[in-house]
Amino acid sequence: MDLTLKIWRQKDAKSEGKMETYPIKNISEHSSFLEMLDVLNENLVNEGKEPVAFDHDCREGICGMCSLYINGEAHGPDRGVTTCQLHMRMFKDGDTIYIEPFRSKAFPVIKDLVVDRGSFDRIQHAGGFISVNTSGNTQDANALPIPKPDADKAMDAATCIGCGACVATCKNSSAMLFVAAKVSQYSYLPQGQVERKERVLNMVEQMDKEGFGNCTNTGACEVECPKGISLEFIARMNREYFGASIVSEK
Amino acid sequence: MSKLDAKIPEGPLKDKWTNYKNHIDLVNPANKRNIDIIVVGTGLAGGSAAASLAEMGYNVKAFCYQDSPRRAHSIAAQGGINAAKNYQNDGDSTYRLFYDTVKGGDYRAREANVYRLAEVSANIIDQCVAQGVPFAREYGGLLDNRSFGGVLVSRTFYAKGQTGQQLLLGAYSAMNRQIGKGKIKMYNRHEMLDLVLVDGKARGIIARNLVTGEVERHSAHAVVIASGGYGNVFFLSTNAMGSNVSAAWKVHKKGAFFANPCYTQIHPTCIPRSGEYQSKLTLMSESLRNDGRIWVPKKMEDVKAIREKKLKPTQIKEEDRDYYLERRYPAYGNLVPRDVASRAAKERCDAGYGVNATGEAVYLDFSTAIQRYGREKANMLGLENPTAEKITQLGEEVIEAKYGNLFQMYEKIVDENPYKTPMMIYPAVHYTMGGIWVDYNLMTTIPGCYAAGEANFSDHGANRLGASALMQGLADGYFVLPYTIGDYLSNEIRTGKIPTNLPEFEAAEKEVTERLEKLINNKGTKSVDYFHKKLGKIMWDYVGMARNEAGLKKAMDEIAQIREEFWKDVFVPGEMNELNPELEKAGRVADFLELGELFAVDALHRNESCGGHFREESVEMDGEQEGEAKRDDVNFKYVAAWEYTGNPREAVLHKEELTFNDIELKQRSYK
Repeated sequence: MDLTLKIWRQKDAKSEGKMETYPIKNISEHSSFLEMLDVLNENLVNEGKEPVAFDHDCREGICGMCSLYINGEAHGPDRGVTTCQLHMRMFKDGDTIYIEPFRSKAFPVIKDLVVDRGSFDRIQHAGGFISVNTSGNTQDANALPIPKPDADKAMDAATCIGCGACVATCKNSSAMLFVAAKVSQYSYLPQGQVERKERVLNMVEQMDKEGFGNCTNTGACEVECPKGISLEFIARMNREYFGASIVSEK
Repeated sequence: MSKLDAKIPEGPLKDKWTNYKNHIDLVNPANKRNIDIIVVGTGLAGGSAAASLAEMGYNVKAFCYQDSPRRAHSIAAQGGINAAKNYQNDGDSTYRLFYDTVKGGDYRAREANVYRLAEVSANIIDQCVAQGVPFAREYGGLLDNRSFGGVLVSRTFYAKGQTGQQLLLGAYSAMNRQIGKGKIKMYNRHEMLDLVLVDGKARGIIARNLVTGEVERHSAHAVVIASGGYGNVFFLSTNAMGSNVSAAWKVHKKGAFFANPCYTQIHPTCIPRSGEYQSKLTLMSESLRNDGRIWVPKKMEDVKAIREKKLKPTQIKEEDRDYYLERRYPAYGNLVPRDVASRAAKERCDAGYGVNATGEAVYLDFSTAIQRYGREKANMLGLENPTAEKITQLGEEVIEAKYGNLFQMYEKIVDENPYKTPMMIYPAVHYTMGGIWVDYNLMTTIPGCYAAGEANFSDHGANRLGASALMQGLADGYFVLPYTIGDYLSNEIRTGKIPTNLPEFEAAEKEVTERLEKLINNKGTKSVDYFHKKLGKIMWDYVGMARNEAGLKKAMDEIAQIREEFWKDVFVPGEMNELNPELEKAGRVADFLELGELFAVDALHRNESCGGHFREESVEMDGEQEGEAKRDDVNFKYVAAWEYTGNPREAVLHKEELTFNDIELKQRSYK
């Protein structure tokens, strides 16, 4: 298929960016979206031009490195996939495709389509862990049975890949789904109980500090989340936060 | 006399690690605060090492080329992690895990290391559960297990098809706790470009900040390389796009021996390639072989009809299907080790029975399992006379619960529904058992330089069993390195901070900068990918699943030629002092072009078939094992460790003889 690409180009964090137009021909419908961009970049290099910078790594939808806002949707038009799993069969011959970076105050652009998601890491530093040292002397893994439904819920929350689609798609640039996933995972598990209150307070505090917006329950994040993380976890985090703010001594 | 001393502790196999731990030197907590350690790579090995070392009190600097340590490629591991817990009461034990691993590796691994791995495996599960890793559980709340290839017990723990993700996020969370405390200083989007030696010891690295392009000096009292494997030398592999050999290769060029580079795992169950534009291959977890049956049609006319899309695989009658693994290996069936399964698929496809347009695909079929689970579930629900549709529906639900994300991934890529029609799969490069040579302490031949996880060669011999990579990565990082590195660092407590203005740092930085400048200023006519693809094709054609003398010699010559052409004609756009992905790729491909030749040299010298290394010249000619790989213990029962001398082809071979006191060397039979 033949396509017209409109791509955001920006030299670095300080420069202003703009949309540029690139025609591209003979793309197979079986290729992935990023393989289509590989072809574009190969063409640009062969013409002696600078290729488009974009983040990507595993290309299996699990590392969370790839991003891209495609035709106004985080990770593009398909559901339940990251950009690397999006295939060109979702588009038609002759289409014009708009490709932008994930936009948020807390995700500054580094170059072209590459953004800095360090704010996500800093939220995790604030409380995304259970304080247990590596000793080899922790109790036996089966000493504490965990009801299967709880373990399954924890797993559902833990599948978050930290890509930032929830933030990019939210009109408030809210990171609530991302933070709620981690808070919920530990709240379902007995191992997470000891630090349960401090964790939610600290992580939410850091989230606010980073400049993410608040949640107004539009649910766009759940729709665009490549892993289908449920909005219910945000409700759960709100309850966790409310409870913790009443009883915590912080 | 070889320069190699594996430093294996004395004593009976089962007591070695305990005795070792009882007698090593320790560093007191106050002194740990004055010691710096660099960890390169933040996957399971690097991430767990960084977290554990920081918890102990060392100052850790961790480096990864991704934008966050959570994205290291361990995250993509699907199926599970082995541990000798014997929760299923099916006869598992430390010895049995040790035995299976040595046998699965075709008797080319070091006994003492493998036994230690099996010994600490149970601790890993305890540790991960304590960290909040949500492993799959049974209804009683206890941990669930599944089976993997090459073994007769169920010892694999898993978290859906995302076990690597959950384990890595566990290690990442442990890192986060230390980053928050300031005990780990994290360098995201940084790539190590050289190792710095001072007085023969590893004292730091040169790294490039990939955002600003700045070349930086970092010093430490020890350096841990946990940068993963080098499967991307084949261009197409299941590795991440950025996975590379550079850190390991730089260390090799600075004096660390590189062991068994030709031991590569070609994984049997990957999605077949589809076109020229293809950038990588996608793995379908080995866990699928628990329930999937592998087959091709028996009749050539059926193969033709399928390729012409006149017949669907579901229309082929049961008796016209060749379940070739069950036929050839009745004892292990679809759960033979990966090397055996891959070669069997290649054998059928080479004979013309491949089921897609390229002739390089076989079926992985779940219909039997769907029916079996469906009936089981119907019984559990107390349904009397359930309809065929109901059974299928229930069975598909069970399969979805077990492998849902894998099935979804397959459907997104191939655009076919694997619940209704069998998957098509074909082998692809997945893992490299070879790597930097290390002793029992995981130290390379450079004092103070360690290698952990896939980056070292130590535990898997010539073939790795499924679900053992995660086990090894975490064992090295959580439970082995924290002890062994202390033994070395106990001699460094009076050293003090290592200054980065030493001439050795200056020289290394200059060399790195000049190489980057050379790439940028080359202004040739061909892209980096052009050379990488060319290299990959040669590797796959001549150094892939089957290798022979003529092909390997041809590969060596052609790789050397491509390397020469690369340095003459590569074009790298952009500048050095900015985010420049093409420049990053160029550096990595330049290193692959050197490693690839050593890889072929090693494959040529090893004139035997063992594990993933199959030499067409070394095959059983008769008897029950006719056509199977033939190992040569008389001449090749050693680790091949190569010393760099300026040109990959002229690398000097050092042999570490392998001794087996606790295992009898046998032909590996899975029949």
